Amino acid sequence: MLHKRNPQLNRHGELIHLLSIEGLPREVVSNILDTAGTFLSVNDREVKKVPLLRGKSVFNLFFENSTRTRTTFEIAAKRLSADVINLDIAKSSASKGESLLDTIANLSAMHADMFVVRHSESGAPYLIAQHCAPHVHVVNAGDGRHAHPTQGLLDMYTIRHFKKDFTQLSVAIVGDIVHSRVARSDIHALTTLGVPDIRAVGPKTLVPSDFKGMGVRVCHDMAEGIRGADVIIMLRLQNERMSGAMLPSAGEFFKNYGLTDDKLRLAKPDAIVMHPGPINRGVEIDSSVADGSHSVILPQVTFGIAVRMAVMSIIAGNEA
Amino acid sequence: MSNLILDAEALYTEMRVGVQALWRPDMALLGIWSGGAWLAERLAADMGTHPADLPGIGKPGVISSTLHRDDFSARGMHSGTDATKIPFAVDGAHILLIDDVLFTGRTIRAVLNELFDFGRPASVTLVVLVDRGGRELPIQPAFAAAKVTLPASQKLSLTRLDDGRFTFAVMGSN
Repeated sequence: MLHKRNPQLNRHGELIHLLSIEGLPREVVSNILDTAGTFLSVNDREVKKVPLLRGKSVFNLFFENSTRTRTTFEIAAKRLSADVINLDIAKSSASKGESLLDTIANLSAMHADMFVVRHSESGAPYLIAQHCAPHVHVVNAGDGRHAHPTQGLLDMYTIRHFKKDFTQLSVAIVGDIVHSRVARSDIHALTTLGVPDIRAVGPKTLVPSDFKGMGVRVCHDMAEGIRGADVIIMLRLQNERMSGAMLPSAGEFFKNYGLTDDKLRLAKPDAIVMHPGPINRGVEIDSSVADGSHSVILPQVTFGIAVRMAVMSIIAGNEA
Repeated sequence: MSNLILDAEALYTEMRVGVQALWRPDMALLGIWSGGAWLAERLAADMGTHPADLPGIGKPGVISSTLHRDDFSARGMHSGTDATKIPFAVDGAHILLIDDVLFTGRTIRAVLNELFDFGRPASVTLVVLVDRGGRELPIQPAFAAAKVTLPASQKLSLTRLDDGRFTFAVMGSN
């Protein structure tokens, strides 16, 4: 029988690329989270650097703008002693008409060992992983609406840090889910780790009912969606969605789905509030919640570096 | 299995004597994960209480070689290793480093690099339960409770039983 292997795993089942959380075994996900715990303590040392990727070149290929994600990948790679090359592709070759695979071929000729890729097209990192040399590793830093696996993993690390066990949790993901690669990666990760109650909360235009197929409960009513939740993940409402037919207005959205102290009281008393950033204060989240005692938005950023160090060191240590 | 019999508990008693001879009151105990960390923990428990055989002993630290291993590119990340936890200031410290088995010396090299990421110790003294020869680097212990010769294909590892006692396992072909 022909069995198609997950392109992220080698024949021993070890991670060689990180393209999506979908289809990864629970042990692989847990191992990344455990390894990230080791790297978190590197921040406490006098020398905040370990030599695991010494002599390796990591190319940050951002075909789509991102300051935060690119910076955290850069910090993670540098703490692993890699040489980091940032390419702002949006402003260079692609605009001159070079194809994606030609760009990759040229960068490979410069002896790249790892590509960290963000692209507006879903699947672009898969294409790169299929066509690069066997010793080259690819990390998806966000592709279209499809996946943002390192954000999903850092969200899981944050949840595990504060809640310890996944198997009793209620997690609400609120906002523009249909356009969100973060939401998709979170849902796959939460499912893989055994979270029994996942709710996708938002208006019908942003949370279509076909999300039920991913094993989540769709709620168009905010109160119902966050009642009794242990974890609330707020998503950024992208400005470009606010015009047109998707939403009446930002004010209207905030009234119905914006997270305020009043709405937060419906969740468990020890609920944590997460957000992948950048936050729109007064659009999807009230300032008093974003800066309040339930918010773990800044710890997410710190954990994100350790998680990206874990991902890069694990894939770099495994052969295709 | 080899017919070599190593009585880990008897060697531990030997090790206590060796540690006491080398000990000075301004020393700190640091065990290499995992076997060395168990030994350091038990040394502190057995020899740190009144009347203390090791005066001035504090909570021992644990150090892992994972982040400085030289076989990373061949073997990848090791999962399940405890992260380094050093409860004392490394700068200026006299450190008694404990491990179960000394073989090629590569773990000690990695651990020394790891240690120096935390500061500059005044001195590092190495004590091991078993020195099995086969060194590939110029590293020697100040004390070894036993010296044995084993074929390179055999793996010698310390196990801690539920009641806290130690035992050795020899695996691999003769």
